[in-house]
Parts: sequence; C-alpha cells; structure tokens
Amino acid sequence: MFLDQLINGITLGGIYAIVALGYTLVFGVLDIINMAHGEIFMFGAFAGMLIVSKAGAPLPVAFLGAIAVTAAMGLLLERFALRPLRGRPGASHLASLISTIGVSILLENVAHKLFGAGNHLFETPFAEISFTVGPVTIYLVQLLILLISLLLMAGLALWLSRTRAGKALRATAENLETAGLLGVDTNRMITATVVIASAMGGVAGVLVGMAFNYINNQIGLSMGLKGLAIIIFGGMGSVYGAMAGGLILGLSETFVVAYGSSGYRDAIAFVAIIVILLVKPRGLFGQAPAEARR
Amino acid sequence: MLEVRGVETYYGNIPALREISIDVPGGNVIAIIGANGAGKTTLMKTIAGVLRPRSGTVSFLGEEITGLPSHKIVRRGVALVPEGRAILSRMTVRENLEMGAFTRRDAKKALLDMDRVMERFPVLKERAGQLGGSLSGGEQQMLAIARALMSAPKLLLLDEPTLGLAPLVVADIFAIIREINAAGTTILLVEQNVKQAMKVSSYTYVLETGKIALSGPSNELLQEPRIKASYLGQA
Repeated sequence: MFLDQLINGITLGGIYAIVALGYTLVFGVLDIINMAHGEIFMFGAFAGMLIVSKAGAPLPVAFLGAIAVTAAMGLLLERFALRPLRGRPGASHLASLISTIGVSILLENVAHKLFGAGNHLFETPFAEISFTVGPVTIYLVQLLILLISLLLMAGLALWLSRTRAGKALRATAENLETAGLLGVDTNRMITATVVIASAMGGVAGVLVGMAFNYINNQIGLSMGLKGLAIIIFGGMGSVYGAMAGGLILGLSETFVVAYGSSGYRDAIAFVAIIVILLVKPRGLFGQAPAEARR
Repeated sequence: MLEVRGVETYYGNIPALREISIDVPGGNVIAIIGANGAGKTTLMKTIAGVLRPRSGTVSFLGEEITGLPSHKIVRRGVALVPEGRAILSRMTVRENLEMGAFTRRDAKKALLDMDRVMERFPVLKERAGQLGGSLSGGEQQMLAIARALMSAPKLLLLDEPTLGLAPLVVADIFAIIREINAAGTTILLVEQNVKQAMKVSSYTYVLETGKIALSGPSNELLQEPRIKASYLGQA
C-alpha cells in the first residue's frame, strides 16, 4: 500500500515538476509569471488526445505533435503578447503579466469552442498493462511518465549547466543587460526560453492525459494554479526548486488522499505555500536578488 | 579607432548627453573624467549599445555602429566593463569567463586565453569553481576585466573600475590597465580617480553636465588651474 502510493506520488510529482519548470524558466528571464502557460499545457494535452484517441497514432507521435503545437504557441505568445510590451517607455512591468492573462482567457475560450466543456477520453493502448512485484503493482503508464519526466528534468539540468546556450540562458536570466554586453542576443534568448517552456508544457499535457485518461478545457486552470504554487514554494526562477517542489507536492497530495481525506487534496499545495513562506520567504531554493548580495 | 560625433542621449525627455564628440585613436588610453551625474556612464552605455542616442553618430574602425544592439557591438570588438562590475553572481568564476568568450568562434584559442587570463589573475584560478557573487569587490573587478578580455576586444571600455576599492587594489587595477594597453588593446577609461586616470592616459576629456567642458593631452591638463581646483583638490 505504502509503496504503491509512493509510486503514485512520484509519478504525479514528475508531471507537476514539468509544469512548474515551464513557469520557472519564463519567470527567470522575464520576471513575470506566464499566466497563459496552463492553457498552453492544455492545448498540448488536446493535441496529444487528438493524435492518440482520434487518429489512433502511436504515443511518440502524440508527444511530437503536442511539442510542435505548444512550441508554436509559445513563439506566437512571445512575438505578439510579450515582445511588443518589452522595453517600451511607460509600459509597466505588469503590462506583460496582464497580457498573458488575456492570452490565457482567449485560449481557454478557444478550447471551449473547439472541444466543448466535457471530458475527452485520452486512450493509451497499454493503459491496463501492469506488473506486480511482490506486494507492489506498477502500471506501465506510470513507469513511462516517470521515465519521461526524469529524462526531461535531467536533460534540462544538463543543458543549463553544460552547454553554451544553456549558460547564455542563465546569464540572460540573471541580468539582461550584462548578457547583452557579453554578446548574447537577449531577444532571441527570451523567445527560445518561452518556446522551450511551452514545449515542456506540451509534454506535460500528454503526460496528464496518460495519467488521468481524460482531459477537459479546465485542466489548464487547475494545473496552472498548482504550477504557480510549486514555484512559489520552490523559489521563483529556481529550476531545482521547481523539480523538488513538484515532487513534494505530488507525494503529499497522494498521501493525503490515501491516508487522510480526498477532500483536502487540492488544499495541500496552498497550505504548503503558507507554511514555507512563513519559514523561508523566498521559497525552498529561492535566491536573493543579485544586487542585494553584493 | 572610435569616433563619437555630436551624440545626444536622453532619458525620457531629459538630455543626459549634449553634442558629445570624442576620438579614441588606436593604441591609446583615453580618459573621461567628471563629477557624478556628468554623463560619463551614459556615454559609455551609448557607445556600447545599451542606450540609443537620439542624434549623432558612433563609428568604430570606420564603420557606423550607432544604435546597434550591444550584442552586435561586442562582436565587432568593443567590450564594456560596466560600472558596478555586473558579475554574474549565480554563475561560477569559470562560467563568467566562458561567457566572456561567448562571441568567439575560435573555441580552442579561447581556451588558451582562459589559461592565460587565469595565469594573469591567480586569484581567479584559485576561485574558478566559486560563484561570482562570493568574490570580494576587488576580485569581482578583476573578474569583470578578465571576462571582457576573454572576448579579445580591440577597444576596452572601463567604467569606474576602481570605484569603492581599497587603495592597494586601486594601484593593482591601474597596473593592469597599463599592462592591457601595452599588450595592444585600446582603452577608454572613465574614472573618478582623476590624477591616476590622467597619468595613465594620453588624452583626457572632462565632462560637465552632459557636455565636454575641457579636453587636451593629459599631461597638459594636469597643469591646468581649473582641473587642479575642481578635480585634484589643489588651490
């Protein structure tokens, strides 16, 4: 029982972490929360659903399709909703936040128009395949979700710490002006970041479809709020904070449902935020602003 | 090498630079001095492409670079060490230096330069794995200069490199400036440490409220009564 729940928790936590990474990457370079991220994630889920359930194509195609759709949405979001506001004299920093809220409302309504308000079945051919190891039952789907989310997290961490582009992204996130002076085309870096974050949202959308077997046009909102909770909890802009926060939230939700009451499930994230912020106001892995540490 | 002609830069509707023209001939150290708020940093940022001038031109090696974004200007060989050093505090010393070489295509030569820079600044070698934010002020300034050198610049813009540093470290920085120049890099230096700046430079411009108030060969200006009274504290 305990081990089953542990696996459930880690699986859910992996998905949460991927969603939260999308928020934290964009927050890192733009200092705003991309309120449209949840809805982009939802479109990833719908793209995956159409490919798997309606077209009957294999799962890898669903991932590629979801990535293509959400990456394109990220590109459009940056180009038309964020860039025109950037560096404009008189445009408040909050303008781009409001702009992403507008995009999120638009996307939710587009989804409602296209797909209706009901649940859509997300069928994976191996939904029922499971192994029993001793007392523990593991579903193949869970293993896949776990594997994909771990690979994605490890890949992102390696990319950020080892590659030239990853380092340029970190430099851009820390100080836009300095990165520019060092030769980084910061506009391109910001676009790349929003695209990568959105594509991660797309992957997370397919993972959610696989995990819960149904999706609807509201999952963007609920998953988005949890993603937000995680990055506040883990530390705004912190990649490792998003990963750790996602896993912690997934595990605690699972265990509360298993050993407590399922009614409190969604309260966990927000109780955790309050507690963490009281103890560590910058979140688990939060960093003081660069200037303050000189 | 660098020619600034009639440059005017504004913050909103407030002019910060008015009709600035300066020349930086190749191989020289040129100094810009002036009080706080005179526009020294604004001028450096305008040359480096962080700020766009409202009018006037900036040319480097005969080509106009006015209004180009900073990442394109550094590619042409102009590196700015900004005021306040702008170390990437969440990246290691080594990563800061790697970012300095971001624009370079000759990765192998850049690696050799990294070794050379580490030899020149042993403290950076010692702390290669530490976060930039953990260095002291003087070490951060060394890192900022070393990072700019990693781009193999033809022209180095130094904005107040000795600000807030202990006297011994200040002497160190001026020795480094001489050394970099002797190795063939042209330097445009903004300083509040007027005497030292004029000693190290061949020509000095004096900025006052956004305008060039005075200019001339540094050794002559050092004798100028106005300079002595306003900047060297001598009657």
